[in-house]
Amino acid sequence: MKICITADGNSLEANVDPRFGRCAYFILYDTETDTFEAIPNTNATGMGGVGIQNATMMAEKGVEVIFTGNLGPNAARVLQQADIKVVTGLTGKIKDAVENFKKGSLKAIPAATPTVLPHSGMGGKKQ
Amino acid sequence: MILTVASGKGGTGKTLISTSLALSLGEDAQFLDCDVEEPNGYIFLKPEIERSVTIYLPKPKVDIKRCSFCGRCRSACHYNAISVIKPGNKTTGKVLFFYELCHSCGACTLVCPENAIYEEKEEKGSVEIGTARGIFSFIQGKLKIAEASPVPVVKAVKKYIRKDKVNIIDASPGTSCPVVEAVKGADFCILVTEPTPFGLNDLALALEMTGKIGVPSGIIINRAGIGDNRVEDYAREKGIPVLLHIPFKREIAVSYSKGIPLVGIFSEYVSIFKKVFERIKYEILKHREVYE
Repeated sequence: MKICITADGNSLEANVDPRFGRCAYFILYDTETDTFEAIPNTNATGMGGVGIQNATMMAEKGVEVIFTGNLGPNAARVLQQADIKVVTGLTGKIKDAVENFKKGSLKAIPAATPTVLPHSGMGGKKQ
Repeated sequence: MILTVASGKGGTGKTLISTSLALSLGEDAQFLDCDVEEPNGYIFLKPEIERSVTIYLPKPKVDIKRCSFCGRCRSACHYNAISVIKPGNKTTGKVLFFYELCHSCGACTLVCPENAIYEEKEEKGSVEIGTARGIFSFIQGKLKIAEASPVPVVKAVKKYIRKDKVNIIDASPGTSCPVVEAVKGADFCILVTEPTPFGLNDLALALEMTGKIGVPSGIIINRAGIGDNRVEDYAREKGIPVLLHIPFKREIAVSYSKGIPLVGIFSEYVSIFKKVFERIKYEILKHREVYE
């Protein structure tokens, strides 16, 4: 299964980036082969609609579950329509998230409810 | 001539200035309220509205039966307002439009190779046209409630600019898109500020904006006497003329809260604003000599 974790760096030692639209990297992890690919988020400094575009990319990459801190409403709408599940509120190291998911201690849910308002990843107010 | 009254900070007195400037110039003027999210010039000018024009913009929709999910509409969208989800094992193909991000540019409709995208008309607001005090034309834009972008309505108001009049545009506060649209094409921009740290901070932002657009500016300091001298110092340092000081007076605030314009309570401001207008004409000429 292909899963994706939003990360603040490009390795499994990196931490979970709490933002989905504006995270630094996406770690695409294949749980069958235990291999991963780190994709820099080219949308991180985009003007707007970055959550929408990242979510669309997730569908294109065949990701089935996304692990992140928070999710905005627009990204949630795309993920819902693409039937991609999410785990939100995640913190800590990427490798721990992967291990916990494999052990079954992290339950993914449909992306029905956004956890933050639009533009929450744009800085300014603390989440 | 086009004079835009703007400010960085809100509540500094744009409408106080723009309405009294229009009243001072009388039949030579025309008042255009481009603060379309909450136009309030009418409170002071008490116009008779003669007609109202509804503003529509195209809204893209998809005929999903014709869509091949090629994603060209998504790539063409400068505002990231489209998501295309290809049909998969578990899901059917979908095209999602995020209308609060859409600017109605029409690019998606244009690039679709299957002609699957069509446009529907959507109401964005209205422009009301009338006469203020039986003397000069009054035009105001009203953004439809819950619409995200005021820019199309600001553009619609600006269509009523007349070359033979002094067009006084009341802009919204800040330095964002609707303000840029209200300043663009103006001969001069009056920036209203107050002598406080907030006033100064936002004035600097506003000056950066007018500088980038290439519109010469002057400053009116409202509520003069409160705060400090830093706005004056800043203006001197940047070489921006201070056109007028309006003192901080309780009578002004009281009459303003009753819908009485500044010239309605202190009639001497008619000649003061006429002098300010002469100074603005001089500043415009000076700017043209330097830049043209």
